[in-house]
Amino acid sequence: MTAVLDASGLGKRYRRRWALSDCTLSIPPGRVAGLVGPNGAGKTTLLHLAVGLLTPTAGTITVLGGRPAASPQQLARVGFVAQETPTYAALSVADHLQLGARLNPGWDSKLADSRIEQLGLDPGQRAGKLSGGQRAQLALTLAVAKRPELLILDEPVASLDPLARREFLQSLMEFVAGHEASVVLSSHLVADLERVCDYLIVLAAARVQLAGEVDDLLATHHRLTGPRRDPATLPAGQQVIEASHTDRQSTMIVRTSEPIHDPAWTVEQLSMEDLVLAYMAAGATVGRRPALEVQR
Amino acid sequence: MTWLTWRQFRAQAWVAMAALAALAVTLAVTGPHLATLYRTTRRGDFLNLTQAGSYHVLSLIGAFVVLAVPGLIGLFWGAPLVSRELEAGTLRLAWNQSITRTRWLAIKLGIIGLAAMAAAGLFSLMVTWWSSPIDHANESLLGPAVFGERGIVPIGYAAFAFALGVTAGLLIRRTVPAMATTVAAFVAARVAVTLWVRPHLLAPVRVLSVITQGNLNTYTQHANGPLGGPITVAVGVNSPGAWIVSEQTINGGGHVVASIPQVAACAGNRGATPPCFTRLAQLGYRQLVAYQPASRFWAFQWDETAIFLALALLLAGFCFWWIRRHVS
Repeated sequence: MTAVLDASGLGKRYRRRWALSDCTLSIPPGRVAGLVGPNGAGKTTLLHLAVGLLTPTAGTITVLGGRPAASPQQLARVGFVAQETPTYAALSVADHLQLGARLNPGWDSKLADSRIEQLGLDPGQRAGKLSGGQRAQLALTLAVAKRPELLILDEPVASLDPLARREFLQSLMEFVAGHEASVVLSSHLVADLERVCDYLIVLAAARVQLAGEVDDLLATHHRLTGPRRDPATLPAGQQVIEASHTDRQSTMIVRTSEPIHDPAWTVEQLSMEDLVLAYMAAGATVGRRPALEVQR
Repeated sequence: MTWLTWRQFRAQAWVAMAALAALAVTLAVTGPHLATLYRTTRRGDFLNLTQAGSYHVLSLIGAFVVLAVPGLIGLFWGAPLVSRELEAGTLRLAWNQSITRTRWLAIKLGIIGLAAMAAAGLFSLMVTWWSSPIDHANESLLGPAVFGERGIVPIGYAAFAFALGVTAGLLIRRTVPAMATTVAAFVAARVAVTLWVRPHLLAPVRVLSVITQGNLNTYTQHANGPLGGPITVAVGVNSPGAWIVSEQTINGGGHVVASIPQVAACAGNRGATPPCFTRLAQLGYRQLVAYQPASRFWAFQWDETAIFLALALLLAGFCFWWIRRHVS
């Protein structure tokens, strides 16, 4: 099957500054992919390239096998919820549904209406009067009711309170479960993604630091704690992502596909948050480290 | 997309329709009486009546409305069209529906552009109809003061102002600065065309005539000493309602002079008398007048409308080119 998002050497420059550089990435279909990184890491740039709001300065990107926003057909296949979930303040909720129905040939009005009803939104209410959570839900409704094969969301929950955040992610997952769509979702908070993602991309300093299936990534990364030791003396198969030392003790996060037998180490599982933080820190210090891909 | 365009535009459309209706009622109520007055009064009396009082005020209001409408369209319909959506981020919503941004822009520009032209055309039609008695009495429609407020040329202005506003919004990306730029650029374009383009659209008619009491418009004698001083004169042409584009004094040697040097026959209180004019004719002084006859009004209207429509199309083409590359 074609990758939902396939980027090769992708880069975007704004005047002098590269917002995204040398991005090579292939997200398999059927995943909920989380795109994490600090603010300004290039997440929005990557997603805007994917929906065709930006054109690349370097490299290529294809989404569901097609050039982003090249045709109405391509636009119909991708749903997008932009950052801060913009809606037309002067238009009512019903107007927004009307807009979706008229501009999307594949519009699922049953889905849209039932979502609005379920959310308890008043169709006559102007979007400008909705709360942040309600507005995000309205934007999500517009994006899902066009029945896209791929749904792209740019920090959809960033401005929401914890409850609205949970509800939003819940309704996102309901849609994914019911309609077998792929999702790419960005956030600067790992906690948002931990519950929903099965694929992870870490973006820092305009580069992809890590990309792969969450299960694989968690299975191949370990935290080792033991007597102080130089990271260079580790076996060849163990790649050090992060190391910290006290006088007597070393703590390292390593990546290896082989089991760790050295009895001197206490081996711990990493959480997704630990993993992301390790790569974000590595990206911030090394800056220009090459992108890593999971070997499968 | 047509629906969305109308849904977003309808408030502005209602304002325009209300203004059209208000002006239509005012002019429809007063227009027939003005026409009757024109038929039943002597020309001089009619002009006196319409150069003061309520008809004068109404004619000024009408002229002002037709003058202002294209600018207001650029300001309130053109400039915010893209910039407001850029500011609110709603373009990211609109451009991710199953419709390409080129089509989005084409429909927006098409519908609102046509509405702009229709509105300006209707305003101008009403004012042109209402003022026709006054315009007939004045015989002059080509003068810069009325030309732009009559006929079809406001349609061209409106199309241009709208396209200019959209372009400014697209480039500047902020509504208020885009509005300011639109107004400034529109006024500049109107003034430039009026001063430097319109007089040359058609080759003016040139006549060389001696100065007589009959054709004299102005006569100025500078530094009136015992022998008189330099004289400047301006004459009219035998063509009612003509728009005089330029006028020069030619001396006996066939050269253009800025003024006529002192002539004894015109010195003191003998200035601007038949003997003075006879002497000037003997010395060979002639006035070279270049003018546009009033009959060319519609030719000028079509030409200038075409110019502004062409500029509007150029700007629209630029918007399409820009939107594919530079906007997000």
